[in-house]
This record gives sequence, C-alpha cells and structure tokens, in this order.
Amino acid sequence: MSVFDIFKKKSSSNVAKDRLKLLLVSDRANCSPEIMEMIKNDIIKVIAKYMEIDSEGLDIQITQTESEGSNGNVPALIANIPIKEVKHNS
Amino acid sequence: MSEVIVVASGKGGVGKTTTSANVGTGLAKLNKKVVLIDTDIGLRNLDVVMGLENRIVYNLVDVVEGNCRPKQAMIKDKRYPNLYLLPSAQTRDKLSVTPEQMKDLVAELKEEFDYIILDSPAGIEQGFKNAIAGADRALIVTTPEVSAIRDADRIIGLLEANEMKKVDLIVNRIRMDMVKKGDMMSIEDVLDILAIDLIGAVPDDENIVIATNQGEPLVGNDTLPGQAYLNICRRIIGEEVPILDLTAGNGFFAKIGKFFKKN
Repeated sequence: MSVFDIFKKKSSSNVAKDRLKLLLVSDRANCSPEIMEMIKNDIIKVIAKYMEIDSEGLDIQITQTESEGSNGNVPALIANIPIKEVKHNS
Repeated sequence: MSEVIVVASGKGGVGKTTTSANVGTGLAKLNKKVVLIDTDIGLRNLDVVMGLENRIVYNLVDVVEGNCRPKQAMIKDKRYPNLYLLPSAQTRDKLSVTPEQMKDLVAELKEEFDYIILDSPAGIEQGFKNAIAGADRALIVTTPEVSAIRDADRIIGLLEANEMKKVDLIVNRIRMDMVKKGDMMSIEDVLDILAIDLIGAVPDDENIVIATNQGEPLVGNDTLPGQAYLNICRRIIGEEVPILDLTAGNGFFAKIGKFFKKN
C-alpha cells in the first residue's frame, strides 16, 4: 500500500454506515435479491421496446428519499439505466 | 402515574440487562418505587447483575401460575428502600408465560409501583412478545455496530407495528477515540440511520465490567457510565438533561478542566 492510499481510503465507520443504509432499506421493504432481479429484468424488457439500453450497466436499488409530504423519508426505487441509442423508427 | 418500560435490543450481548439494572436502580435512587422484571425465561441474568442471586425463592413463572403471590416472589434490594426484583425462572422454557399473563401481572403491579422495568430477552420470539405486551414505552439498546443496529431497526419496526407509544434509543458501548479516528459510527450516525429519539449514550468503560463482577449497578457513581445512566433516568422522569460529553476523560485533570469550563 502506498502512502497515497491513506488519503483515498474511506473510513471504516463510513463503510459501515453505507452498508447499513442499503441493508435496512431492503430489510424494511422486505424485498429479496431475487425479486429485485425480476424487477430489473422486467424493466429491461419494457424499456428495450423504445430504446437500446446497456443491460449490463443497469443498476436498480431501493433507497430512502425525502418525501415531499411531511412524513419524512420514504423508500424509493432508483434505477440507473444507461441508454445506448434511442430508436426513432416508431 | 406509573409507567411500564421494556428494555429491548433484538441482538444479544449489547447490554440490555446492564441497562435494565442501572435504569431500575437509578430510578430508585431518584426516589421512585421500582420493580425490575427479568422476562428472559430459561436464561436468567438480571439477578446476578443486581447481586441478588442468593435471595431467590419464587420466580416469574411461579407468579403467573399462581404458586405464590407477586409480593412473595419480589426480592427487596436492601441497598435501596424502593427497589424490587422479580427474577425469571431458570429451569422452564419461554412458552411457560403468555403475553396475556404478562399484561395482567403488569397491570396489577402498576397499582403499587411508579416504574416497572421489563428486561426482555434477545430475539423476537415469545419472550420478546411477553416483555412488550404490557409496556407503555420502550428503551432500545444498541451498540454502534452493523449487526446490532440492523436488529434494533427490526425491533423498532415490530414495536411500531404493536403501537408502542414511545420508543427511545440508548447507544451503548461507544468509544469516542474510535469515533474520532473514523473507525466507529458516531451517535449521530446511529440516530441518522434509526431515526428515533436518543435518550442517552453510554461509553464503553471498564467500570461496567467491574460493577457487574461485584453485582452492584454503577448508576450515579463518579464514573462516566455512572453519570450517563443517571442522566438517562432523569430524562425518563421528564427532566431536561443535556447529553453528556463523552469525549472528555474522567481523570483528575479532565475534571478540573470541566470545573473551570462550567464557571
């Protein structure tokens, strides 16, 4: 490990916090990895009708987002879908 | 008005029994009439932490089965005039008591005591359900670790589903030196994740081990955890107490420093 790695390294408490946040979201939503995989595949199917997407780079997760109402944080499904090309032929 | 408080955590070994013993003793020191109930049937421990293990005659199961009256089973702590312990049974299993029986017992004890503290077992099974059945509020104990916080979150969810009126958090065994280095989640980090009210933080301290060895809760004595526990008790009875600065040492010079800061 070089001296410079010290500056790059994330503190272990931040690692713990990030891991926990993801873990609790799926715990609270009671959403298993299998269901997430099914959702992901269905999203790919739908979007692929209209655009060419990078299915390898597709990433979906459930996170906490501040709600616009007054009830604090709510779970939200965040999908990051890289588009390769928009189909114009329809 | 009396209040029934359950101490829960989900994960084992985070300090539920130590917290129960210190909160119960602390409330008694604040002149409240308190009974501590150990609801961990089969694995009783609160008696040894309190140093009352040699005085057990009857236990919780005897009471709910009607073998004796609650008065006969409750051990009076001779060190404090207002403190009683209702020990658990060591040789029975957790199904010996039902949530309804606990509710009835707690309702009966409410007539006589200001505070009823229920030390719940680890896990989310029958023992936990018994402990929360008659409770008005809950103290969730967690340590700044991923596993303990995950379990605490699950417990908080279950308590909310059971319509617990008030749920507060105690962050136990925090080490400020590690927090400073970024190697332990801070109190703020834990609160950020669990999103419930903080009622106190207790430092990881060798005095806790010493106190447990001796069977004498350290609440109120001249140590950092002793002060932290007493502050928790004060908040329970409704006093406004600022959160203790755990970064300050507890040595002679630190105390002089604090003395001058105060003035």
